[in-house]
Amino acid sequence: MPKNKDVKKVLVIGSGPIVIGQAAEFDYAGTQACRSLKEEGIEVVLVNSNPATIMTDKDIADEVYIEPLTVKVLEQIIEKEKPDSVLPTLGGQAGLNLGMELAESGFLASHGVKLLGTTAETIKKAEDRQEFKDTMEKIGEPCAASLVVHNVDDGVAFAEKIGYPVVLRPAFTLGGSGGGIAHNRLECEEILENGLRLSRANEVLVERCIAGWKEIEYEVMRDSAGNCITVCNMENIDPVGVHTGDSIVVAPSQTLTDKEYQMLRSAALNIIDELQITGGCNVQFALHPTSFEYCVIEVNPRVSRSSALASKATGYPIAKVAAKIALGYTLDEIKNAITGKTYASFEPTLDYCVVKFPRLPFDKFITAKRTLTTQMKATGEVMSICTNFEGAMMKAIRSLEQHVDCLTSYDFSDLDDDELKDRLTVVDDQRIWVIAEALRRGMSHDEIHEITMIDHWFIDKIHTLVKMELKLLRLGEKSTIARHKVSEENVPEFEEAKKIISYDTLLKAKRLEYPDKVISRLTRFSVETIKGLRDFYGIKAAYKLVDTCAAEFAAETPYYYSVYGDSDEENEAAGEGSGKKKILVLGSGPIRIGQGIEFDYCSVHATWAFEKEGYETIIINNNPETVSTDFDIADKLYFEPLTPEDVENIVRLEKPDGAVVQFGGQTAIKLTQDLMKMGVKIYGTKAEDVDAAEDREIFDRILEETGIKRAEGATVYTAEEAKEVANRLGYPVLVRPSYVLGGQGMQIALSDQEIEEFINIINRIAQDHPILVDKYLQGVETEVDAVCDGENIVIPGIMEHIERSGIHSGDSISVYPAQSLSDKVKQTIADYTERLAKALHVIGLINVQFIAVGDEVYIIEANPRSSRTVPYISKVTGIPIVDLAAQVMMGKKLTDLGYTPGLQPEAEHIAIKMPVFSFEKIRGAEISLGPEMKSTGECLGISKSYSEALYKAFLGAGIKLPKHKQMIITVKDSDKGEVIDIARRFEKLGYIIYATRSTADTLNENGVKARKVNRISQESPTVIDLILGHRIDLVIDTPTQGRDKTRDGFLIRRTAIETGVNVITALDTARALVTSLEDAYKEDTLELVDIAKI
Amino acid sequence: MKAFLILEDGTVFKGHAIGAKKEVISEIVFNTSMAGYTEVFTDPSYAGQAVCMTYPLIGNYGVCKDDMESERIWLDGVIVRELSDVASNFRCDETIQEFLEEYDIPGIERIDTRKLVRILREKGTMNGMITTNENYNVDEIIPKLKAYNTGKVVEKVSCKEKKFIAGSKDLSDNGPLSGSAVFKKEDFEASLKGDLSKREKRPSLVRELNGKGLKVALLDVGAKDNIAASLAARGCDVTVYPQDTTAEEILKDKPDGIMLSNGPGDPKECTGVIEQIKKLYASDVPIFAICLGHQLMALATGADTYKMKYGHRGGNHPVKDLETGRVYISSQNHGYVVNTDTLDKSIAVPAFVNVNDGTNEGLKYVGKNIFTVQFHPEACCGPQDSGYLFDRFIDMMRK
Repeated sequence: MPKNKDVKKVLVIGSGPIVIGQAAEFDYAGTQACRSLKEEGIEVVLVNSNPATIMTDKDIADEVYIEPLTVKVLEQIIEKEKPDSVLPTLGGQAGLNLGMELAESGFLASHGVKLLGTTAETIKKAEDRQEFKDTMEKIGEPCAASLVVHNVDDGVAFAEKIGYPVVLRPAFTLGGSGGGIAHNRLECEEILENGLRLSRANEVLVERCIAGWKEIEYEVMRDSAGNCITVCNMENIDPVGVHTGDSIVVAPSQTLTDKEYQMLRSAALNIIDELQITGGCNVQFALHPTSFEYCVIEVNPRVSRSSALASKATGYPIAKVAAKIALGYTLDEIKNAITGKTYASFEPTLDYCVVKFPRLPFDKFITAKRTLTTQMKATGEVMSICTNFEGAMMKAIRSLEQHVDCLTSYDFSDLDDDELKDRLTVVDDQRIWVIAEALRRGMSHDEIHEITMIDHWFIDKIHTLVKMELKLLRLGEKSTIARHKVSEENVPEFEEAKKIISYDTLLKAKRLEYPDKVISRLTRFSVETIKGLRDFYGIKAAYKLVDTCAAEFAAETPYYYSVYGDSDEENEAAGEGSGKKKILVLGSGPIRIGQGIEFDYCSVHATWAFEKEGYETIIINNNPETVSTDFDIADKLYFEPLTPEDVENIVRLEKPDGAVVQFGGQTAIKLTQDLMKMGVKIYGTKAEDVDAAEDREIFDRILEETGIKRAEGATVYTAEEAKEVANRLGYPVLVRPSYVLGGQGMQIALSDQEIEEFINIINRIAQDHPILVDKYLQGVETEVDAVCDGENIVIPGIMEHIERSGIHSGDSISVYPAQSLSDKVKQTIADYTERLAKALHVIGLINVQFIAVGDEVYIIEANPRSSRTVPYISKVTGIPIVDLAAQVMMGKKLTDLGYTPGLQPEAEHIAIKMPVFSFEKIRGAEISLGPEMKSTGECLGISKSYSEALYKAFLGAGIKLPKHKQMIITVKDSDKGEVIDIARRFEKLGYIIYATRSTADTLNENGVKARKVNRISQESPTVIDLILGHRIDLVIDTPTQGRDKTRDGFLIRRTAIETGVNVITALDTARALVTSLEDAYKEDTLELVDIAKI
Repeated sequence: MKAFLILEDGTVFKGHAIGAKKEVISEIVFNTSMAGYTEVFTDPSYAGQAVCMTYPLIGNYGVCKDDMESERIWLDGVIVRELSDVASNFRCDETIQEFLEEYDIPGIERIDTRKLVRILREKGTMNGMITTNENYNVDEIIPKLKAYNTGKVVEKVSCKEKKFIAGSKDLSDNGPLSGSAVFKKEDFEASLKGDLSKREKRPSLVRELNGKGLKVALLDVGAKDNIAASLAARGCDVTVYPQDTTAEEILKDKPDGIMLSNGPGDPKECTGVIEQIKKLYASDVPIFAICLGHQLMALATGADTYKMKYGHRGGNHPVKDLETGRVYISSQNHGYVVNTDTLDKSIAVPAFVNVNDGTNEGLKYVGKNIFTVQFHPEACCGPQDSGYLFDRFIDMMRK
């Protein structure tokens, strides 16, 4: 079927802010789809509230709305832009839900707009629990049997019918409390009784327990003619019970025979056909480990995180093909862009093994439970490719950037055997390391399997790695004795290493992807010796292709992965050369709190800028969710870990003319020194200047020379020194490690005791770098991003943070243009930025943060690289600063590029960047804001009016008020004076205010009516009961210092978050919120701004 | 032990010996299926060939003898990147190593299989030798390799005696319907203790005994078991005839339909069978043919076949049903193909085409109840998408 000619203008719905479970993969999918639509000459209208995305660029879509993703807003956009179709299947669950609501309300039909990609009926069939079960039953595809019961007898009867064990889930209890797994009648009765009592709806779901089964996924494509293919299947190493987003996943499946593989493949096709999905779809199965019994876990009738992974794992561009299918093309009409020879109806086949590891945020939320459950907790993921499983796993581990590089990185050797066995039953992010320890102790595969239910095959592979580790250790023991002896004879270490480590052993270790650093650590030879030995033996990384077809056809746009011990088929490609200058762009690795999608935005734009200037571009990255790892962004893509060794292997092969590191966040910056040692020229700001900005003493000298003030402080190494400095400066002080992103480890300390506590925490994350202690200043935080060409500087604008200093800039609401600064302060900021950029010899981007206290401006920090705010400021000012930065790095001058140096005139729109959090996903996480960043994403509010921009920003972040007009206020003593005015303003809006005892007293004394509510320790009803009553709009709770989990405040905040109540932990945020509400904006009459026209 | 793979063009791959320690000269081909090596090893169509699996990790689930497509391994040698140390599956009987030794088949692992595939892709299928002799002399070997020919390999693989396979009387005879298997702990434990009758049967997609009462004659020119099994599962009674059976003998048994099987080698070597197929064509009995059978029917009716550069072997090739426009993912294993330029349009017209390279994937015979396909609707290994063709054959017999 050829293209549907009626489709001319399409509204594409994005997925909104990055939250756990809905991340960068939808920017990747959306961007690819938009490009695919534009390729067909279709006008694309894009809506997404997330400004950090590439899809919201004016190059990607024709009209771009960075507006809150609500039905009302979408309706207005449709009325304004009059698209003929809406494509909702690329924006995750958020996009799909919106598409559904628009269709179900009849709005689309009445405006003559079609839903592309899939129908509302299809979505309903897949998403509605009951309809889905009925549909599966109809076509003979089994689901886990389940029943909602209201009494013990019914529950037990059903459990006996389906057989034990059963999972019991009480409805509407906090965090699923009261539920559990029953293995027999007695347990079943007990849990049911308790669960029914706890459930406010007196309702418990009894479900067949499939925990421990194999979890297998299929990515399926179907076109409007009914042609179906599977792109890829994937096997979760962690059996059912862990969300697939938190599981270690391998593609293709490793432990299925063809019979099981085809049985599930046919089932997946059967399902997609019955649901009449057109486009991409993900089907998850649970397969009994010792039977052909299986059940369908769920179906996602849209592009998903798994499909992004499948795309990158196979080379098959699912989103691109899904977009073409939406336009009416059939699979046999769409060319496979990787081979240029085959069609989209060709199922990819792999001749390598892919491993995905989740990137979990427990380093940020140290109080949170590390256990992995069916609630996803990962913020991002890494993918690696190798021809063997062990190698792929080792590559994935070191790609995580969590101070892990092999199976000894977490140490469990102090546990005794019983403790270790107990530890094995814990399903958390360290389980693989626990298994490795068990194998070291000689625990049998059977026993490990019995406890973990992880397939024997995977356990055997982990064992292969452990055996190699033990072998290298043994060689190391040999070497110490030998080395001692030979040193007398003065034989170099290298000669000795040659004797001890054979070619075969080293090759095998490298095939298993043991990094030189780890081999060195285990054998106790230096890294240089190991590297030298590799060179001597001629053991080097070879590069192979991801080509969708296992080399059956020649490939046009493949990408590369490394493997040891095989021949290098890509030498030719690298050697040939295009005659162009080669530039290496280092990506930013997995998405984590503090280093998100914005750095991928920067990497991709930098790549495009270099390409435009005639460079051959090479990207190295390991994140399957991103646009930068799409096959056609750079001329070449290496899907590899971002460690010095991995990068060096590529550098040796490609011999690039230079590298850019300032766009890939801390991941890329960290590699600067190593790249220079490899002889790679760094484009842009020099490494020593980057260091100068980080080195306290050099930076202080620069500040002195340039006459810029900063808060007093000092560099220390120990808690003693820190306390001394703090006492000299006077408390409060800011304590933080140098060289980290996202304020990791940063704290405000009020006392000596807290200093001790914080320095302990910082030292836990093995830091080689010093610790900074500064006087804490209270003022207005501001931030600028600027481009400098060495002579001139362009500052697109000044951003102001609503929350005062003390809250991480990434967690603050950011306003452009700054609203509360005097012209004098603005000039000072511009002036300081220019002085600094020049003093640091910045070529490219610089981000500087200041505090304005009255008319005085103090610098907080300067980072000569791209920052989190770069996409945001580029979009709202229309100044493409990444592109400019890349141009000046290539030697162009800003004046030649048509820019007047200095601070640029302010835009007519006010744009507010609002942080978005994922607290409800991480049980036990402290939600109050502080100097350590906690937000996972952001959204934008843009308008000519400040309060409307604020309203939009809150709306985009999901704070949709008022609802019940009831709120709770409980603030710390020092905030009591300030909260009165805020409370009064809420009262004026008609809010009923509940407050804890002393806050209530303060309010009442000052004429704000507040109802007293009991503290948690007092008798019911307490503040917690009030929150659980689901009639509260908002909790304002400013926390007292410290990380004590047992405090009332912590419980109040967690309860509120888990009940879906908005919680604000800073008065500045509360004030902004009430400001946004006072003008009574309505969702359906907002001013819409087309960003592409700025 | 070291092993070597020596190709006709002089390329030598060094690896490790697996399976039987013996030397073999064979045609070297590659298969891109990611699972299903047991089925590949036991597919008679691979007789005379050594197969390189492009998926690098082979043997992970061991060998389940239930999954064999014939009573033995037919290929000459196995070439893999990495053989698994453990075999992990609830139905697993043994490891690949044991399986290969049992049938005296040599192999080689730990070679750069992707490089091998690229050579075959660029230079075309060629002959090669797997040997453990470290003192090999390439100059002496190459002429031997060039001289190698799979020959009349069909005679070797075909059954020697007529066989009868009764059709299922009840759907439950087919094992559980796909999606309705239920784990039974006692049976599983019994099967582990060696009671193979208690081992769970593999699920079937067949939902209807639409072939009940029909008699099908299957001419075995190297048939995979699942062809007869696919018919029997639908209720057809299947009689399997050796390749040298005359048309008269088959027709004498009055079959409702005739099935020509897959098989190995160059179709033009099967001169005797082609003569018999001419007579079958002339009868009015409905005929369905797969792979080699499809090629033989084309040759019998005057069309020509040619050898492809490196063939189609895998489970991911899209074929288009020209009648409906639908595309199906198919299981494929062929090195020869019908030349559609040589088709007499009054005799046969293309019914299926390969979406990737446009080669012929099936023919419909004009004015006859005959259709033939190049790919494998019986799957095993590979996708089961085109199993509906057996139903089409049954409909044809019912007419």
